[in-house]
Amino acid sequence: MTALSIQNLAYRWPRAEHDTLQIEKLSLETGESVFLYGPSGCGKSTLLSAIAGVIDIPKGVLHVNEQDLSSLHGGARDRFRVDHIGLIFQVFNLIPWLSALENVLLPCTYSQRRRERAGGKSVETAKRLLDELGLSTPALASKKANELSVGQQQRIAAARALIGRPDLILADEPTSALDETAKAAFVDLLTRECAAAGSALLFVSHDRSLEHHFDRSIDFQDLNRSALP
Amino acid sequence: MMRFSLCSLWNRRFVAALTILAIGLSVALILGVERLRDSARDSFANSASGIDMIVAPRGNSVQILMATVFGVGGTGTGMTWDSFEWMEDRPEVAWAVPIQMGDNHRGYPVIGTDAAYFEHFRHSGGQSLSLAAGTFFTGDGADAAVVGAEVAARFDYAPGGVIVNAHGSGEVSFDLHDEAPFTISGVLAPTGTAVDQMVFVTLEGFDTLHAQEDAPLIDPLDPAAKPADGHDEHEAHDDHEDHGEHEGTEAGHYHEPDRINAVYIGLIDRTNVLGLQRAVNERRSDALSAVLPAVALAELWGITGTAERAMRLMAWAVALAGMIGMVVMLSATLDTRRREFAILRSVGATPTRIFALIVTEAAVLTAAGLILGFVLLTLATFVTDPILSAHFGLRLGLNVFGARELATLLAIFCAGLIASLIPAIRVYRMTLADGLSVRL
Repeated sequence: MTALSIQNLAYRWPRAEHDTLQIEKLSLETGESVFLYGPSGCGKSTLLSAIAGVIDIPKGVLHVNEQDLSSLHGGARDRFRVDHIGLIFQVFNLIPWLSALENVLLPCTYSQRRRERAGGKSVETAKRLLDELGLSTPALASKKANELSVGQQQRIAAARALIGRPDLILADEPTSALDETAKAAFVDLLTRECAAAGSALLFVSHDRSLEHHFDRSIDFQDLNRSALP
Repeated sequence: MMRFSLCSLWNRRFVAALTILAIGLSVALILGVERLRDSARDSFANSASGIDMIVAPRGNSVQILMATVFGVGGTGTGMTWDSFEWMEDRPEVAWAVPIQMGDNHRGYPVIGTDAAYFEHFRHSGGQSLSLAAGTFFTGDGADAAVVGAEVAARFDYAPGGVIVNAHGSGEVSFDLHDEAPFTISGVLAPTGTAVDQMVFVTLEGFDTLHAQEDAPLIDPLDPAAKPADGHDEHEAHDDHEDHGEHEGTEAGHYHEPDRINAVYIGLIDRTNVLGLQRAVNERRSDALSAVLPAVALAELWGITGTAERAMRLMAWAVALAGMIGMVVMLSATLDTRRREFAILRSVGATPTRIFALIVTEAAVLTAAGLILGFVLLTLATFVTDPILSAHFGLRLGLNVFGARELATLLAIFCAGLIASLIPAIRVYRMTLADGLSVRL
C-alpha cells in the first residue's frame, strides 16, 4: 500500500510563465518517513498544497492512499483531507482561542474516521499524545494556545496531525521557528510517533542537519525538474 | 458549532460587547418608540372615553379636544349659558356638563365645572372618577376645589388645604388670583389620564376669580364697570341669582355663569349623535362646533402621524447602524482571522462550515443584542415610568411582548442574519482562494 504516489505531475500557478512543479515520480510507502530538502521558493509548499488537495491538479497523477484527490470535489476533498492527511505548518498552527487539548481534538470533530481511529475516547488519546510529546502537565492542556511557547505550539500541532493515525503526515518546515536543541528533539519525537501511528511522513525543510532522522531523503531540486536552471 | 462560535466571540469579547450594545440600543429604541406611541394613544383615548360629544365655540375639532379634555391650549371666546341649557333640554341628551377653562394652578390647568362632571366622566374603559381623600364639590361651597392625583402628589395637597390660581395657562404666571383662594375638598385617585394633572373648581368659584378682571374687559369705558371690591356688583352674580330662582336645583347647577368654554355631552342613544351634531352646528344664536372625540382623535393621529413615522424611521436607522456595526466588526476581523480559517480547513472544515461559523457568530450577536435591548427597555421603563406619567400622563407599563413586538424582534434577527451574509460570503471566497496557505 502506498501512502502517496505521484506520476508526471506538472503544475503552473494561474498567470505564471513557467511550471512550478514538474515531478516525474514520487512515492511514499505506508509508515515511511521521507526528508525533502531544498532552498526556499523552489516549489516545496506548492507540492504540499497539491498533495493536500488545495490546488487543482490534473486527474490521475496524484494518489493519496490510492485515492485520486483531483477526482474529488469541494466538501468531499475537505473530508478526504482530514480523514487521511495530518498537516503541520511552519508557525501559527493553532486556533488561538481554543485550549491546547481542543486544538489537538480538532480533526476528530470534523472526521469520523479520525475519531474512530483515535480509539473510543479521543480525549484520552489526545492526552496520551500530549504526554508523549512532553506536554504532560494538566495545566498546559487547558491553556489557551496563544499562551504557549512556540516550541510547545509546534508539539501540539504535531499531536493534532497524529491523532486518529492518518495515512500521511505533511510537515512544512515545522522546525524553522525552533532553536537547535528543540529542533532535533522535535524531529525525533515526530518521526517516532509517526512510526508508532503507522503514518507516512513527508517532512519538508531546508535544514539538512535533520536528514539523519528519516528513512530516506530527497533533494527537491533533483525531484522537480522545473527547478533546474 | 455553537460552542465554537461562542469561544471565537469570547476571544474578541470587547468588540463583540460593543456590537451587542449597539444592537441592543437600537432594539430598545424601536420597541420604546412603539410603546410610547401606543401608550400615548391609549392615554388619549382613555381620557376621552365616556364622552359622546364635546360642544365648544366654533373652532378646529382637534384644538377643542386638546383644550377641553387634555387642558392644552384654549378654545374660542366662549358660549352662552343659554346654549348650554338648550343642549341640556334636548331630548336625546342624557347629561351635559359645563366646562370653564383658561386658568392654571402652578402650571396645571384649572377647570371650572359642576358636580355632574365627577358623576359622568369616564376614563380607561369606563371607570368613573373616585376620590383618594375628601369629597367632591359639596353643597354650596363655592370655593371648593378637587385636585388631580399628580397635582396633589407634586405639591403635597390634602383636603382642607388652601390654593391660589393664576390667570392664563402658562407654567409661569405673575398674575395670581390671591384674592380668591380655594379650599381643597377632595383629591382624586390616579387615573393615568390628563385628569391627574387638573384642578377642578366650581363654576361659581371660577367666576369669582374673574369678577374683577372681566368687568373692565367687557367695557373699559363704562364707569359703572370699574374694578369693584365686592363680588355682588358683578353681573354674572346677579344672573346667577335670577336663574337660580326659576331653574331651580333640578339639574344640580347652583350657579349659572355668563359664558362657558365647552360642554361635555352624553347621549341616551349614541345613534343620535349625528343628528345632534347637525342641530348644534346649525344653532343661530351661538357659533358652536360639536366635536365627536373619536373622530377628533383620529384627526389628531393624522397630524401626529408624520412625527411618529419620523421617530420610527430614526429608530430603524439606529438599528441599521447597529447592523452595519456588526458587519464592520465581522469584516474587520476577517483579515486577522485568515490564518484561523486556514487551520480550520487543514483539519477538514469545509468552506461551507466556515461560512456557517460566521453566520452563527452573527446570530449569537444579534440574539444577545435583542435580549440586551429588551432588558434596557425594561430598565428604562422602570426608571422613566414615574417621570412620564407625572409630566405627560403616559404609562408604559412593564407589559410582555405583543405579537407586533415579537414580529419586530424577528425582523431584526433576520436582518442580522442577512447582514452577516456579506462577511460570510467574503470568508467563503477567501478560504477557497487561500486554501491552506497561511499568509500574514
